[in-house]
Amino acid sequence: MSEQKLFKVTIDNITTEVEPGTTILQAARKIGGDIVPPAMCYYSTLKDSGGKCRTCLVKVAQGSAADPRPVPKLVASCRTAVMDGMVVENITNQQVLEARDGVVEFLLINHPLDCPVCDQAGECNLQDLSYGHGDDKSRFEFVKRTFEPENIGPHIQLHMNRCIMCYRCTYVADQLTEERLHGVLDRGDRSRISTYISKAIDNDFSGNMIDVCPVGALTDKTFRFKNRVWFTRPMDAHRECSKCAGKVHLWMRGDEVFRVTGRKDQWGEVHDWICNECRYDKKKVSDWVIEGPAKMSRHSVISVNKYYGLKKPKDFLPEVMGGRDPKMLMDIHDVSGVNDPDIDLSAVNGPATSKTFEKKDS
Amino acid sequence: MGRKLLLDKVGIVGIRSYDVYRENGGYSSVEKVLKTMSPDDVTNEVKKSGLRGRGGAGFPTGMKWGFLAKPEGVPRYLVCNADESEPGTFKDRYLMEHIPHLLIEGLIVSSYAVGSNRTYIYIRGEFGWIVDILEQAIAEAKNNGWLGKNILGSGFDCEIYVHPGAGAYICGEETALLESLEGKRGNPRIKPPFPAVKGLYGCPTVVNNVETLSTVVPIINMGGDEYAKYGTGKSTGTKLISACGNINKPGVYEIEMNISVEEFIYNDEYCGGIANGKRLKACVPGGSSVPVLPANLLLKTAKGETRMMTYESLSDGGFLTGSMLGSGGFIVYDEDQCIVRNTYSFSRFYRHESCGQCSPCREGTFWMEKILWNLEHGKGKMKDIDLLWSVQGNIEGNTICPLGDAAAWPVAAAIRHFRDEFEWHVTHPEEAQRRNYGLAGYAEPLKAGV
Ligand SMILES: Cc1cc2nc3c(=O)[nH]c(=O)nc-3n(C[C@H](O)[C@H](O)[C@H](O)COP(=O)(O)O)c2cc1C
Ligand code: SF4
Ligand code: FES
Repeated sequence: MSEQKLFKVTIDNITTEVEPGTTILQAARKIGGDIVPPAMCYYSTLKDSGGKCRTCLVKVAQGSAADPRPVPKLVASCRTAVMDGMVVENITNQQVLEARDGVVEFLLINHPLDCPVCDQAGECNLQDLSYGHGDDKSRFEFVKRTFEPENIGPHIQLHMNRCIMCYRCTYVADQLTEERLHGVLDRGDRSRISTYISKAIDNDFSGNMIDVCPVGALTDKTFRFKNRVWFTRPMDAHRECSKCAGKVHLWMRGDEVFRVTGRKDQWGEVHDWICNECRYDKKKVSDWVIEGPAKMSRHSVISVNKYYGLKKPKDFLPEVMGGRDPKMLMDIHDVSGVNDPDIDLSAVNGPATSKTFEKKDS
Repeated sequence: MGRKLLLDKVGIVGIRSYDVYRENGGYSSVEKVLKTMSPDDVTNEVKKSGLRGRGGAGFPTGMKWGFLAKPEGVPRYLVCNADESEPGTFKDRYLMEHIPHLLIEGLIVSSYAVGSNRTYIYIRGEFGWIVDILEQAIAEAKNNGWLGKNILGSGFDCEIYVHPGAGAYICGEETALLESLEGKRGNPRIKPPFPAVKGLYGCPTVVNNVETLSTVVPIINMGGDEYAKYGTGKSTGTKLISACGNINKPGVYEIEMNISVEEFIYNDEYCGGIANGKRLKACVPGGSSVPVLPANLLLKTAKGETRMMTYESLSDGGFLTGSMLGSGGFIVYDEDQCIVRNTYSFSRFYRHESCGQCSPCREGTFWMEKILWNLEHGKGKMKDIDLLWSVQGNIEGNTICPLGDAAAWPVAAAIRHFRDEFEWHVTHPEEAQRRNYGLAGYAEPLKAGV
């Protein structure tokens, strides 16, 4: 193979060299760190994905060395190829940050606030994104859009209300399964994922739709409400499988396997798709050869205690206390009426209320 | 009387039929190009004519044809965009209904220029009866040797197919149109690649509007240079304008692009003035997607120059004080019309028509419609106006296709020019339900007629 000339690209003042045809997003991922644009719809292992959610918008401040003009509009970094000498601004550009905040707001206005009962909570890209970009209050004062529930089969639970229309699951169905049994119906704000005439999506490899879903719109029925992801511990495991590579993450608690998923890389992307048998039917430890704890490098609650290269946070308390060393920062007995020694809680009939603690004039 | 090049013959009885059309000089341009010109010659004439796309964006047609990739052994396609669904725009419909052979003739010549042996007319599904008219015209043209194999012995083959859409405005966007034509869901494609490189079935494709392709006929007949003498500046030739709203004579007019907006509204040859003796309040000059202008900015530019019916003049002042010629859907509002209501109604349209694949458009159009509903129905708050401004700003420029912009611009322009009317809806919620805001300071007193 003849040596190919590499393209030089500068993203947020950091320069790297990539092969022609590389997208801005992939170049940014090569650099790594905070300058990587968030991607909610692009998925490197799914052809044609990306371009839809618009969270990865960036500014091309210089088109290329040959044609240094800037691109007037922001571009989707996941679908824009780098040119030699391109200069890109992501987190160094105010317009980009504002547009991204706007996009995140759009993604959230109709998203239900059901994280406490959502199986995806803890490993949800939208949750992570809204920590980074969302506002603490909503400007949306209307009733959120809802959809009629639809049963799409024995394995996958569809919560259309949570869907952000990334289209990833349709690419999985097109590219991995025998036949696509679902698709996007209707248009605009009413567009939805559906099988149209309630069909069961149970063809092999369809379970990968769950792994690519960035939110909790498609979740695993065999895991539904069984546990919170942050209580489970991901383990790298493998087995001999005639249909897929058999390389998975087992999400375990103690000796119990709660869930099986594909192995995600640091960008949350699966490279070795797994078959439905591995995913749904192999829930015993004895089914698997466990390699060891999975290395999670994603910034999320699921990474708690599982961080690779985790740094212990600095203990700043002594510094703040300036040499003082009290045993307890505040004596809770002083501030809470709950601990009023005059009130015998066992004597209260029924649940205690604020009335119980009102100061009685004696 | 202004000069006409497209609709000059529509008055002739029976012009819809092949025989009458042919007797009146029809298909002479096909003879001319197939016998005396090379495809590149045709493209050059179109380049010389200065013709700009009549579908809305005004992109130079000759240049678009010049961009077409021509790899060996790969078919090229010409697709005629007859999806005309923009509120206020109904010119293509008029042309196809009254003089269908003009479009067919233009299509044959243009197909020859771009090298398309299979040319498609993607027509709005609601135009069912026009599908029949076009198919009739195609059959007649074919029977008379203007379509099929080896046309006029030139070795050039061409077939034209009519494909009706299924009722989606978004399928007028050229890449959504191609998806739909391929039998897929009408989602706009992410560009690049542009259709000139990868269009229909992955092959190089030119998409042009009905009027654009019909205009190729007079350009070939008279020559590009001669055509360029019509109109002014970079707005050469004539343009079809569909005029509607509170005017005395709504309808489709062919204008030479050298008349003023004032003349167009008040002259009896065109709109014939504002209906019922009312005064002009505002106008959307180029279809629902372009910014609305108050009367005082419509007739004169911010610089005080006379505003002309041309691409350049209508966009003079950018979006701050100008608008766009767009697709030529000219909507006129008199003093009794409510801008808030109109903006609400446009936003309803865009919400309904968004394809839903990109988040700013899908969610933004949904949100804007709700805020505007509140404002229009006396339930709005002052901060809603700022919110609306912010939401439209978050959509604009951040979407896959220009539908997002098209939804944002009318809202932005309405707030920019008519903010006091929005505020009045907030401060007078009950009164706003009973009567309209009226003129305020939007219009200068005007002389009636020119
Ligand atoms: C949402 C949307 C709808 C459109 N609808 C139409 C249409 O109905 N007819 C049309 O000719 N162009 C329409 N266009 C413009 C086309 O994308 C394209 O620019 C045009 O067909 C090119 O033809 P022209 O160069 O001859 O103007 C639309 C564009 C957008 C973004
Ligand atoms: S801007 Fe609207 S219509 Fe265009 S691709 Fe995005 S969602 Fe679809
Ligand atoms: S990740 Fe690029 S647009 Fe969604």
